[in-house]
Amino acid sequence: MPAERLLPDAESADLVALAREIARDELAPVAAEYEEAERFPREQFRLLGKSGLLGLPYSEHWGGGDVPYETYLQALEEIASAWMSVGVGLSVHTMSCFSLAHYGTDEQRDEWLPAMLGGELLGAYALSETHAGSDAAALSTRARRDGEDYVVNGTKAWITAGGQADFYTTMVRTSDDGAKGISCLLVDASTPGLEAAAPERKMGLTGSTTAQMIFSDARVPTTRLIGGEGAGLKIALDSLASGRLGIAACSVGLAQAALDEAVEYSKARQQFGKPIIENQGLEFLLADMAAAVETSRAMYLDAARRRDRGMPFQRQASVAKLVATDSAMKVTTDAVQVLGGAGYTRDFPVERYMREAKVPQIFEGTNQIQRMVIARHLKEA
Amino acid sequence: MTNIVVLVKQVPDTYSERKLNESDHTLDRESADAVIDEINERAVEEALKIKEAGEGEVTVLCVGPDRATDAIRKALSMGADKAVHVSDEALQGSDMVATAKVIAGALGKVDGYDLVIAGNEASDGRGGAIPAMLAEILGVPQLTHARELSLEGTTLKVDRETEDGVTHLEANLPAVVSVTEKINEPRYPSFKGIMAAKKKPVETLTVADLGVDAGELGLSGAAATVLEAAPKPPRAAGERVEDDGDGGTKVVEYLAGQKLI
Ligand SMILES: Cc1cc2nc3c(=O)[nH]c(=O)nc-3n(C[C@H](O)[C@H](O)[C@H](O)COP(=O)(O)OP(=O)(O)OC[C@H]3O[C@@H](n4cnc5c(N)ncnc54)[C@H](O)[C@@H]3O)c2cc1C
Ligand SMILES: Cc1cc2nc3c(=O)[nH]c(=O)nc-3n(C[C@H](O)[C@H](O)[C@H](O)COP(=O)(O)OP(=O)(O)OC[C@H]3O[C@@H](n4cnc5c(N)ncnc54)[C@H](O)[C@@H]3O)c2cc1C
Repeated sequence: MPAERLLPDAESADLVALAREIARDELAPVAAEYEEAERFPREQFRLLGKSGLLGLPYSEHWGGGDVPYETYLQALEEIASAWMSVGVGLSVHTMSCFSLAHYGTDEQRDEWLPAMLGGELLGAYALSETHAGSDAAALSTRARRDGEDYVVNGTKAWITAGGQADFYTTMVRTSDDGAKGISCLLVDASTPGLEAAAPERKMGLTGSTTAQMIFSDARVPTTRLIGGEGAGLKIALDSLASGRLGIAACSVGLAQAALDEAVEYSKARQQFGKPIIENQGLEFLLADMAAAVETSRAMYLDAARRRDRGMPFQRQASVAKLVATDSAMKVTTDAVQVLGGAGYTRDFPVERYMREAKVPQIFEGTNQIQRMVIARHLKEA
Repeated sequence: MTNIVVLVKQVPDTYSERKLNESDHTLDRESADAVIDEINERAVEEALKIKEAGEGEVTVLCVGPDRATDAIRKALSMGADKAVHVSDEALQGSDMVATAKVIAGALGKVDGYDLVIAGNEASDGRGGAIPAMLAEILGVPQLTHARELSLEGTTLKVDRETEDGVTHLEANLPAVVSVTEKINEPRYPSFKGIMAAKKKPVETLTVADLGVDAGELGLSGAAATVLEAAPKPPRAAGERVEDDGDGGTKVVEYLAGQKLI
């Protein structure tokens, strides 16, 4: 059952309908096959790009869609509902454009942003390192100034679309001054000295390549420094506050897909001479799943609407990410339960959904980190 | 410049459950999501291809209730230039002849059409006769069931495919064409197309604007009456054949048992 949405206008409704149509006709039919083969859906991202979906929440002036987050996130939810790896990829791409769009100079934006939002290129976001995960400020990839270039050395870890992306929004260390020594570079994928390691072997989200990116004396022009030296951590955290909403929306899409599968199965499956959905024990499980999906959607939309009005939304974004990803984990696990033995096999998608639901609890700030953010707001209030 | 009119019908989504009203056996439009018929997306695509290959203007023509504006917007967001929407309570329950007359009347409001492109059959009514009826009323050639279409100057060539084979047709404009599923793969609208559609002109007409006799329209004007309708019986659970090396034999036995072979 498609989600019943409140959208601000007819264009938003048409946009979400377009996302749903592409999701249903182009993504859903091949998702299982690509995931099984651990194949990155590059062509599918091109199709999203052609349809104008790779730059939605950014200014029309640079080729974006100028749509509110409220609309962008619901289109994203539809995509993720058909294929989580593509949803996450779209969310990360959108986040990778954030630093240039919000912190770049007009000159920098004129030069690079139209191509990044235009649909042909795919972006990645490189903050984490093996020893700097939750403690991102401990990152050590070094950028040393040499004439008109930075010479970059070090290894970024866990990069979504690593080795597939066309540009990497990369946080590097430009001085030893702790959090103040971090800067943001927009690195072209073709930069000599930049290479992807072999992809991680993951429990889920296997269509989305995750890899380390290794910088060995990679020369990046100083013109590609975004927001000045030392602004990197602020840019990174600011990007993540919005990115988190994307992850929340993707998780809602995933949970919705699991719920839909569970409802359909429980109407068709007969035991004790009647459809299993006729048992109150199962009915209540399904009702709780629906309630979890809808509260999660309401939460990310509340945060998005605040963001669209220019109000603070960081705390709500953390709550949305926490609630939506924990809900998705529970809903997908329960969907496996509803399908019984069938749910535990690869003949049905719910076991995959369950594996996919685990990682949103971990990336873009683990859910422990989200609780820290929420608690900090409580203490400061 | 080729002036192309594409006939677009809004139909209940084939992905949702479709029902008839119990009282008058007309389509229950509330029970299912309404969408542009997929065959009409192909008709729009073909029109856009002609426009993009040379010069042309694409007008969408739709006869249907107010909410058919959604189907019109979809065609406009794919790239059509403008639209004519005939919406009138009096049309509810109209038969095919009446629908064809209304479409012909509305075409009179589009100045100087050269080519009309329709779907070969709507996925709800499945009459498959509107394009032929329309051509008859207009007195222009009908080139139906087109799986391929080409236009050189004012000469139109069509490969017409039916169960009997392929016929090569040729006619001069103006003409009516209906297209089959094989004609093309329709494009998705782009987000820019969606935004542009907002600003494209849609002319809304009523029956009174068309010079069609309202007495011929609607349920009361229909030449035939639907007396009875029953939903399809639900699909029975299938029979499962385990293949222990004799699967083929079992399938043949089953088919023979059903008198299918
Ligand atoms: C599939 C995938 C894709 C990813 N994509 C990207 C990407 O595109 N770009 C990018 O930069 N990174 C990416 N990451 C990295 C991701 O953001 C990190 O894995 C995450 O931030 C956690 O870091 P860590 O793995 O080092 O865990 P750690 O920080 O080592 O955490 C381990 C555990 O300790 C807990 N913990 C840590 N500190 C605290 C604390 N202070 N209080 C309470 N608990 C704490 C954590 O919550 C967690 O449970 C990705 C990761 C995965 C798995
Ligand atoms: C419940 C029910 C009862 C009906 N009762 C009668 C009846 O009593 N007598 C009777 O003769 N018919 C009846 N009809 C048929 C009904 O009138 C037709 O659905 C309608 O007139 C159009 O025919 P079609 O959809 O079969 O068109 P088709 O000929 O299958 O359509 C082919 C193409 O023509 C164009 N087209 C068709 N309709 C429109 C439109 N409204 N606006 C723009 N373009 C269009 C489209 O391009 C379409 O792809 C009934 C239909 C239903 C569902």
